[in-house]
Amino acid sequence: MTGLAVLLSHWARHKVQAALLLMGLALATALWTGVQAINAEARASYDFAAATMTQDRLPRLVAERITLADYVALRRAGWPVSPVIEGEAVIGGETLRLIGIEPLTLPPGERVEGNPADFLTGGTILSAAPLDDPRARRADLPPGIAVADIGVAAQILGPDISYLLLTQDRSPQDRPAPAGYALIRPATTDLSQLTESFHLNLAAFGYLAFGVGLFIVHSAIGLAFEQRRALFRTLRALGLSARALTGLLLAELLAFALVAGAAGVALGWLIAGALLPDVASTLRGLYGAEVGAELTLRPVWWLSGLGIAVLGMLGSAGQSLWRLWRLPPLAPAQPRAWARESAQAMRRQALAGALLLGLAAGLLALPGLWAGFGMLAGLLMGCALILPMLLASLTRIGQWLSRGAVAQWFWADTRQQLPGLSLALMALLLALAANIGVGTMVGSFRATFTAWIDQRLAADLYVEAADEADSARLLEWLGDRAVALPMIRTTDGGTGVVGMVDHPLFRRAWPLLRSLPDPWAHLDAGDVFVNEQLALRRHLSPGDRVEQGVIAGIYPDYGNPMPQVILSYDRHRALYPLPILRHALITDIPAAAIRAAFPRMVVQDRAAIREASVAVFERTFAVTAALNVLTLGVAALAIFASLLTLSALRLPQLAPVWAMGLRRSRLAWLEWLRTLALAALVWVLALPVGLALAWVLLAVVNVEAFGWRLPMRLFPGDWLRLGGLSLLAAGLAAALPVYRLARIAPAELLKVFARER
Amino acid sequence: MPRPGPFDFPADHGAHPAFRIEWWYVTATLTAADGTEYGAQWTLFRSAFAPHEAEGWASPQVWLGHAALTSSTRHLAAEKLARGGIGQAGVAAVPFEAWIDDWRLADRMAARGEGFAYDLMLRATGPVVAQGDGGYSVKSAAGQASRYYSQPFYAASGEILLDGRRIPVTGTAWMDHEWSSQPLAADQAGWDWFSLSFDDGARLMGFRLRGAQDFVSATWITADGRPEPQPPGALRLTPGRTATVAGRAVPVEWRLELPAKGLDITTRALNDQAWNALSVPYWEGPIRAEGSHPGRGYLEMTGYGEGAR
Repeated sequence: MTGLAVLLSHWARHKVQAALLLMGLALATALWTGVQAINAEARASYDFAAATMTQDRLPRLVAERITLADYVALRRAGWPVSPVIEGEAVIGGETLRLIGIEPLTLPPGERVEGNPADFLTGGTILSAAPLDDPRARRADLPPGIAVADIGVAAQILGPDISYLLLTQDRSPQDRPAPAGYALIRPATTDLSQLTESFHLNLAAFGYLAFGVGLFIVHSAIGLAFEQRRALFRTLRALGLSARALTGLLLAELLAFALVAGAAGVALGWLIAGALLPDVASTLRGLYGAEVGAELTLRPVWWLSGLGIAVLGMLGSAGQSLWRLWRLPPLAPAQPRAWARESAQAMRRQALAGALLLGLAAGLLALPGLWAGFGMLAGLLMGCALILPMLLASLTRIGQWLSRGAVAQWFWADTRQQLPGLSLALMALLLALAANIGVGTMVGSFRATFTAWIDQRLAADLYVEAADEADSARLLEWLGDRAVALPMIRTTDGGTGVVGMVDHPLFRRAWPLLRSLPDPWAHLDAGDVFVNEQLALRRHLSPGDRVEQGVIAGIYPDYGNPMPQVILSYDRHRALYPLPILRHALITDIPAAAIRAAFPRMVVQDRAAIREASVAVFERTFAVTAALNVLTLGVAALAIFASLLTLSALRLPQLAPVWAMGLRRSRLAWLEWLRTLALAALVWVLALPVGLALAWVLLAVVNVEAFGWRLPMRLFPGDWLRLGGLSLLAAGLAAALPVYRLARIAPAELLKVFARER
Repeated sequence: MPRPGPFDFPADHGAHPAFRIEWWYVTATLTAADGTEYGAQWTLFRSAFAPHEAEGWASPQVWLGHAALTSSTRHLAAEKLARGGIGQAGVAAVPFEAWIDDWRLADRMAARGEGFAYDLMLRATGPVVAQGDGGYSVKSAAGQASRYYSQPFYAASGEILLDGRRIPVTGTAWMDHEWSSQPLAADQAGWDWFSLSFDDGARLMGFRLRGAQDFVSATWITADGRPEPQPPGALRLTPGRTATVAGRAVPVEWRLELPAKGLDITTRALNDQAWNALSVPYWEGPIRAEGSHPGRGYLEMTGYGEGAR
């Protein structure tokens, strides 16, 4: 125990070092835990929705209009159907998707829990969040959903039945659907499959952030080991075995890991809580997936967070512990030049980096999202490992180009410092490359997306009626003041099916990526268009077949992860008899006039839809951007930690230069300049890495994850801003060590010569 | 509470939404050409959350249908639920028709479920019989009662479908129609209910309500349809052999004694396992009587919980 107390006394004297170690590990753990927490929360929401929302799992019967009498007629003909009235409703000031169910005809086991009399006749409305309505009761439901008896929904949404759930496979006449009804199959892919790529994306960022955080831990531990060499030697000389000493240090590190891990999990909780609303709105906008904006504390996070902290700590300390294990009892007690340049080690590292890059290139040949992320990891790690070698060569060039002793020394000394700084510089490279890569990807996407949506939104107004009667009244009211184009869409088996009117407006608005000759004539003749997502997922080309017909064209459909098929309007009408509630209007009547005349009509103008779509898009990458900034912050901290480490060890190298006449302030200035020069060099090297990263994201990961391929665009303005930012971060990180050097007592420098080396 | 008095036919064949519960209950004992015996059950229950009827989804009435088909080796049962007010289920008095979804009871009774179906013509060969005191059937010493009449004289003929085989059958059927707002006393846990058609044309309805004090009631119906209500306790019901049905001990053999009529019979179930494993589980199946008055009928036993007597 005395041994442990002696070891721990080091940290009492080096509080900043202890703080850095704890902070590095806590930050790494926090980012990792935060991302895990967000993903876990979202997945729990999907599982819950899948378990509770029966109506999403059952096949449906739809028709142009389903009245109560139609439903009763089907029941009396023996059809096992259960009616649902569903729509948007404002209840207690909240807009919710109200689902009115008929519990008595739902399949057994799917009935509503609690008192059925209360549900059937009490007018109860169930929802996850408390609603300001006397009828509301809380229930275990996905967010944004309210469930009530069909009678309640009929009062709020009108008496017509939205659709009928087919509760058994069996039908009385062995027909799939009664005459006048279309059968809509439930989606075969569930939400968790659909959103998997999104979560994988987030998780990859979590791991990246964790990796960058570990650089801090590594340098803090390395410093602490070097500074305690004398102590270790004394303890060994006093009879403490190498095994016992290593054990004590391991115990010390575990204690640190647990403290930092606990702090990290708590911090991760805060990060997740701050990011979750953005993630939730992204998932809603992109996938229609409802995820609660509130975190639930799950014990598994604590365990996995602490576990990853311990693992990270052991990984970072492995090298130091190994050295200690092999330390001879009478080793020199002075801090060895902790990281003396070792050309051989650097070459080995560079070789490993080259191998990783080769591996990444090899992964290009493999399909799948994992191959894409593997390629990203190989690219980043490979470049990071080659970095020290590259920087050494660059400093050699710098030295060769410079004249004068001080300048020559400046470059030589910079190269001398590289091994000690290289880990921090690698962290900076990773953070910068990730920033450039993700920035380019998001920027390219934004540019393509906005141009595309401007083209797609060709009509002036888009209206949606609550029922068909309202729709008919609107058309009558509009008369010849507007061209009204009906828009119909449905979802069958998880694929969106759109019916498109043959009109120049739509032809202009629907650019095709690839097509048969004269695609629109093909569409009229019964062929179909499919979106890029569907084509990529099923490896389809124009001329191939899908369930609905031969593919005449493939169109881009950014922002939509779902497969989609376009049929001609007439074919859609024949296949899916549905009420026509939505119209695109070419008109100069203002939206407000229609709203005033038809209060129940949803009227949106082009600008509003564009704004909403772009907002969804921006939120999609808001989390990515936030993680990016955090990663850059961690990298700056890593540089700070390394410089602090080096500044203590470098006195023996600086003292002779000082003794030869270079003033402390000049020395400090040169030190600062060196840090900036290194940061600038890393930034330059990060540019190609970042662009390669962007290419992988755009051409491999996005295609796999979302099913759309985007042209890559370059944003040099962003690069400059990032360069400035990295100089700022490095400058700030170097400020304290440089300030200390400028103010160092000359006696300290003199001591260097007095000490036995 | 129901009151004594004459029935108001045909209106009383229909529903009485002001009462909390009501049922139309048909049991048929059937025989195929090769002599194989079957039993069929068609039941429609009405249950009210509030003592009135309303149009549309607002109706406080809920309908529950049970159908079952029994052979000596098979017992298949199905259930349907529907709400009142929308026409998915209901009972019309003139012409009489009771229905839930595609199950129907009028001059025919028809239903189907997983693995079975039946469609039987029903022809009355005798009059409707009032149970209890002119249709006022007392159910406990404390005075709980219901309105209750029967049509025990149906001739049935038609077809059953069992395990994919269509089988022509003939036999007799018995319909009960009963409504009340408080049929059982608080301590009454279940009942044993017999409807028997003897070979000599006479009929017997008898039940035992099991409570702190068993309450036994019976009506003797002569072959020409005259009801002779028996005083409480006149019919002696003695459970005999029990069978383990769905984890419960259920008496499937009974001794019935009605000394005033010289009746001393033993009843045996066609199928011991005639268990309706539905949302409310109970035993309901065809029985055969041997002894002083041979015949066939139906037995219903409710309230036999796991471990109950």
